[in-house]
Amino acid sequence: MNKGRVWKYGDDVNTDVIFPGKYTYQPMEPAEMAEHSLEDLDPGFAKAVQPGDIIVAGKNFGCGSSREQAATCLKASGVAAIIAPSFSRLFFRNAINSGLPVIELAQGTDDMQKGDLVGVDFAAGKVEHNGNIYSFPPLPPEVLAILEDGGLIPHVKKVLSK
Amino acid sequence: MGMTFAQKILAAKAGLDSIDVGQIVEIEPDVSLSHDNTAAIAKTFAKIGVSNVKDPDMFVIVLDHTVPASEEKYAQNHKEIREFVQMQGIRRFYDVGVGICHQVLPEKGFALPGTLILGSDSHTTTYGAFGAFAAGVGRSEMAVLYATSRIWLKTPASFKIIVRGKLSDPVSAKDLILNIIGSIGADGALYKSVEYTGEAIDDMSIGSRMVLCNMAIEMGAKNGYCAPDKKTFEFLVNRAEGEYTSVYPDDDAVYERVLEFDASALSPQIARPHTVDNVCSVKAVAGTPIHQALLGTCTNGRLEDLRIAAKILKGRTVANGVRLLVLPASQEILLEALKEGVIDTLVRAGGLLLNPGCGPCLGAHQGVLAPGEACISTANRNFKGRMGSRDAETYLGSPATVAASAITGVITDPREFF
Ligand code: SF4
Repeated sequence: MNKGRVWKYGDDVNTDVIFPGKYTYQPMEPAEMAEHSLEDLDPGFAKAVQPGDIIVAGKNFGCGSSREQAATCLKASGVAAIIAPSFSRLFFRNAINSGLPVIELAQGTDDMQKGDLVGVDFAAGKVEHNGNIYSFPPLPPEVLAILEDGGLIPHVKKVLSK
Repeated sequence: MGMTFAQKILAAKAGLDSIDVGQIVEIEPDVSLSHDNTAAIAKTFAKIGVSNVKDPDMFVIVLDHTVPASEEKYAQNHKEIREFVQMQGIRRFYDVGVGICHQVLPEKGFALPGTLILGSDSHTTTYGAFGAFAAGVGRSEMAVLYATSRIWLKTPASFKIIVRGKLSDPVSAKDLILNIIGSIGADGALYKSVEYTGEAIDDMSIGSRMVLCNMAIEMGAKNGYCAPDKKTFEFLVNRAEGEYTSVYPDDDAVYERVLEFDASALSPQIARPHTVDNVCSVKAVAGTPIHQALLGTCTNGRLEDLRIAAKILKGRTVANGVRLLVLPASQEILLEALKEGVIDTLVRAGGLLLNPGCGPCLGAHQGVLAPGEACISTANRNFKGRMGSRDAETYLGSPATVAASAITGVITDPREFF
């Protein structure tokens, strides 16, 4: 099971604090987007985040705008997965399309704290924390296929080339 | 068993007789929308390795977010979009100045009953006011639509929101939707299709129904819907781009939740910083000082909004130390407001007229906020940092509340001026 260090946030983390609107219409590569991730929520995040880290948050993560950079910037930061009781619909789609695993976990997120180690087995639908195992419903096969191909664009490329 | 609006329209688009909640279908939208984000979408499209947009007439592109360009990088972005549109033969392109996409798309006759509209903008939900199934998608998804014209959608469960009674001036659709979002929360309708119905909705203008559907996303909804009626069809005369067939939910459709609200009991409402569901009555925060007042955006920049603000501001002046920004949602609205003298009234009162577009709504230009400043706005979002400094505060209210507050310099119940 892959383990990652937790960054912990509250409910309703919106796209404006994940990736500020003032940058959305500036051409930017993912690496530069990563430098602005969570800028208005946790200004220290972008510098300190390590590849493989996991974001654990409250309900309705990613609410607000349709901006895909909110998912792209976190993916480019090296975040390995986001775990929350619920996600906004648009963020959920954008994360899958960017190849960033999002896990809807009904229980357990309250106990996970900043700096804890959390294990994720995406295929088995399991999350481990402090010896407790939590299950989450697997994604439908159509959606899983996108994630497995590394995101929507590589997925569509593969499909079109067949 | 009967079907909801969402089930009926997705079944029809997928060529199925019936469809279950949760079922995933692959469909082809009737219309797809993008705006200043088109250049970024075009770059993603290029990565797919397909050279031509499959069906250029499926796409409507409107430049509205940072218009006219305030910096070189925005100018470059617009230029790339114009080149892409030209190269791909996309005819339904509206350049700087025509208006905000969510106003332009209906005005140009693309928001039709019974159609499926996807947009790479979260407020695409607005077109539910015309009986369309309209939802936001991401940029990569839009790029894939360029290439394949197809996308997967999951059939959402539905809420029915029944609004009884009548709204009494100056209480408006904005107060109603803030009240609804405040009571069910920013995730209260997560992934749901929300159908608005009842006497108050029947009585509403098209503009007011657009407010309800525009803000459906602020309670997490996938889409909003108002049943098309005579008002809808009248709006579409001489506008509709093509034929359309209205889709209505079955009488015996199954809803996950049915909520009831009473319009006649409603007082002016306001969303406090920094979430849209942090709602209370205007009275409860009356007296809070403001520095900027924004009248406009895709939520409340229509003629009826400018009219009610002008009614309140007529013969009065904006308080010292307050900037009143007037932002009509489109050129068409601006022209009508000019003809009626509404703009004259607003500018004489001290309002500053901005060009049609998104303006300061997303904090990119035209009136951003400094640290410590407070703004009262008719827009749909008050997130931290959205309108400029992360240490500024935005309150959301109706056009009447914004106008009344601009006069006094503090948050004010508009009924004091009625
Ligand atoms: S006016 Fe504001 S909410 Fe509406 S489309 Fe423009 S930026 Fe988005």
